[in-house]
Amino acid sequence: MRPKLELLDKPLIERILGEAFQLIEDPGVRVAPCVFDLLRSAGVTVKDGVARIPEALARRLIDLAPRGFCLYDRSGRPAVRYGGDDVHFDPGSSCLNILDPHTQQARPAMSADLVRFVQVAEKLPQFAAQSTAMVCNDVPQEIGDWYRLLLVLWYSEKPVVTGAFSAESLHTLLDLLAIEAGGREALRDHPRAVFDVCPSPPLNWSEFASQNLVDLARAGVPAEIVSMPLAGATAPVTLAGSVVQHAAECISGITIHQLAQPGSPIVWGGAPAIFDMRTGKTPMGAIETAMLDLACTQVGKYLGLPTHAYLVAGDGRVIDAQVEMESGMSAMLGALAGINMISGAGMLDFLACHSIEKLVIDAEAIASAQRLIEGIQPRSDSLAVAMFAQTGLHGDFLKLKETRVLFRKEQHFPSSVIDRGLSDVDGRALDILERARQRVDDLVASYERHPLPPERERELINFAEREAATSGLEGLPGILAPAYTKEPHLI
Amino acid sequence: MPDDHFSAMRQSIIDGAPDTASSLAQQAVTSGVAPLDAINNGYVPGMHDVGEQFARGQMFLPDMMASAEAMRCAMAVLDPELKRLGTERPMAGVVVLGTTKGDIHEIGKILVGTLLTAHGFRVHDLGVDVSGEKFAAKARELEADIVGVSALLTTTMRNQKTVVEALEKDGLRTRVKIMVGGAPVTRRWAEEIGADGYAKDAMSAVALAQELMQQKLHTICDQNLSCSINR
Repeated sequence: MRPKLELLDKPLIERILGEAFQLIEDPGVRVAPCVFDLLRSAGVTVKDGVARIPEALARRLIDLAPRGFCLYDRSGRPAVRYGGDDVHFDPGSSCLNILDPHTQQARPAMSADLVRFVQVAEKLPQFAAQSTAMVCNDVPQEIGDWYRLLLVLWYSEKPVVTGAFSAESLHTLLDLLAIEAGGREALRDHPRAVFDVCPSPPLNWSEFASQNLVDLARAGVPAEIVSMPLAGATAPVTLAGSVVQHAAECISGITIHQLAQPGSPIVWGGAPAIFDMRTGKTPMGAIETAMLDLACTQVGKYLGLPTHAYLVAGDGRVIDAQVEMESGMSAMLGALAGINMISGAGMLDFLACHSIEKLVIDAEAIASAQRLIEGIQPRSDSLAVAMFAQTGLHGDFLKLKETRVLFRKEQHFPSSVIDRGLSDVDGRALDILERARQRVDDLVASYERHPLPPERERELINFAEREAATSGLEGLPGILAPAYTKEPHLI
Repeated sequence: MPDDHFSAMRQSIIDGAPDTASSLAQQAVTSGVAPLDAINNGYVPGMHDVGEQFARGQMFLPDMMASAEAMRCAMAVLDPELKRLGTERPMAGVVVLGTTKGDIHEIGKILVGTLLTAHGFRVHDLGVDVSGEKFAAKARELEADIVGVSALLTTTMRNQKTVVEALEKDGLRTRVKIMVGGAPVTRRWAEEIGADGYAKDAMSAVALAQELMQQKLHTICDQNLSCSINR
């Protein structure tokens, strides 16, 4: 039996969906002009920028959305399966700052930080996918979206959770992925990336978000709706009310997406949070935020759709007990809820800061969560009697063959980040931050980059240099020195 | 007017009771109480109490929004009376507020605007997705004392810098103070982009605006003094 956690009963899910369908028709959903014709052609009334989507149409389009799909790694092997109760984790996305491992102070993230981050995430099996984790502050803002993806494609073979912050940059990101995949058709057949697309709460699909939905659907590249109701501020204060809004935003997004290209893959996802009534902050580590995530994804599962949520992030500003308590708890909850993709690891300070050290600590919490959902299995015909038959009351289980055969299946062995008495240095127990720093250094030292085929690598570099030149960027920070001539050399 | 009437005004703000606040203001006008007395002895102390209780964690943002609404309702009654009498409530300063280019989130900005208004500032809210040029143009038009720039996203936060640059380009920087805020914003970021201050929440934004006005007054005094000496 696999352990499972659900927060909503069927009647409540039905009520949530009932109200969500009601909301998308009245008051309706604000949409951008670029989808007016698309919606009107399906019989949706659009007036003053507000679309009133009939329930019957939305239900029909939800039924057209795939129940599951795969993301592929660089070699074309399926590596992440969205759908059912499969659970995967990836680091949080698009962070501006990084926590300095020595001073514990946040500072702007640079390309070199993202490179190091990707190398560490690549070595951690707990992360099935990478993310475009940081905004590189040494790269012009107008090319930042695709530049993040370039670095991830360069240093990683895993699938990628990414996103574009404008309608224009999406196409550059898709071009990069197509070069790497060997063309647009290859990208459609074996997508390596899923794109986060965010509605603006409440019930608003902005110009670039609307356009992203349409363009991704037509490109056949998976879209992941990241609805972000803030309970009490941009959404109803009750958790149930915010789940209704989340559902309405997802359903309206799926409607636009499936109208653009029926059957194109899309994920019921989000980053809901409560709104702290003392500070106006959005605590990602609050238990109610995790409850929102779980409830929202349960509604998506009820509709049979692939799911995503934002968990494993803490709110403290340094790596401490609070941050890790919050991150560890929500990793467990997300896994128990069977969420297909759980983003957020590595992040702290209300998603404003990333930490590579936190990423390796979170990986341990994730490993524990992954062990938990394996559950308790019989493993042998006799649970205990046969072993007792061999040892009698001596209890000498360490000598048994069964012990030697089965202990690796039963027990998860954490890395040196977790103190089980192995990490002492000169008789002194290292604290968690010291152990995490050491682990990061070890992982980076053991990282080895696997190049793309030379012609594809050359094409990728040529494309990136051409695009970078439009913003006056010299060289490719994190990949090529400015004085690059013929052969790439790492910087 | 008896003290208990002022005390009831103060309490109407603390309770966030707009109808009571409005009706007490109406009673004050009817009974010939000077509107400035009602404001300074009744309603403003109420807002101060709210601010203090908020800082102590005893009041919350929805309470504060209700208090600000009660203050607005009282002022809706008292402002016309002030005008009729040819008097004016001392204005704390002129603030141009907005959410930065590319960002359509405004909850934090609305809170800041509401509280600044309740504390005597004249606020012009430019809304969301506002370019640096628009901030500068409005600041010039209104002869603003302060420009407040909000950003909720890490990606749009960088556009706060373009507001600083636009004000510099327009030659307004010596006259207009800039304060920044929003979920991803930090004091360090404010310093890095050359803003004059950072507020972590709406109540701190009021304190910051008051402090910036003090700084501005000192600068003006210093300039005047310097002019007199040079003369």
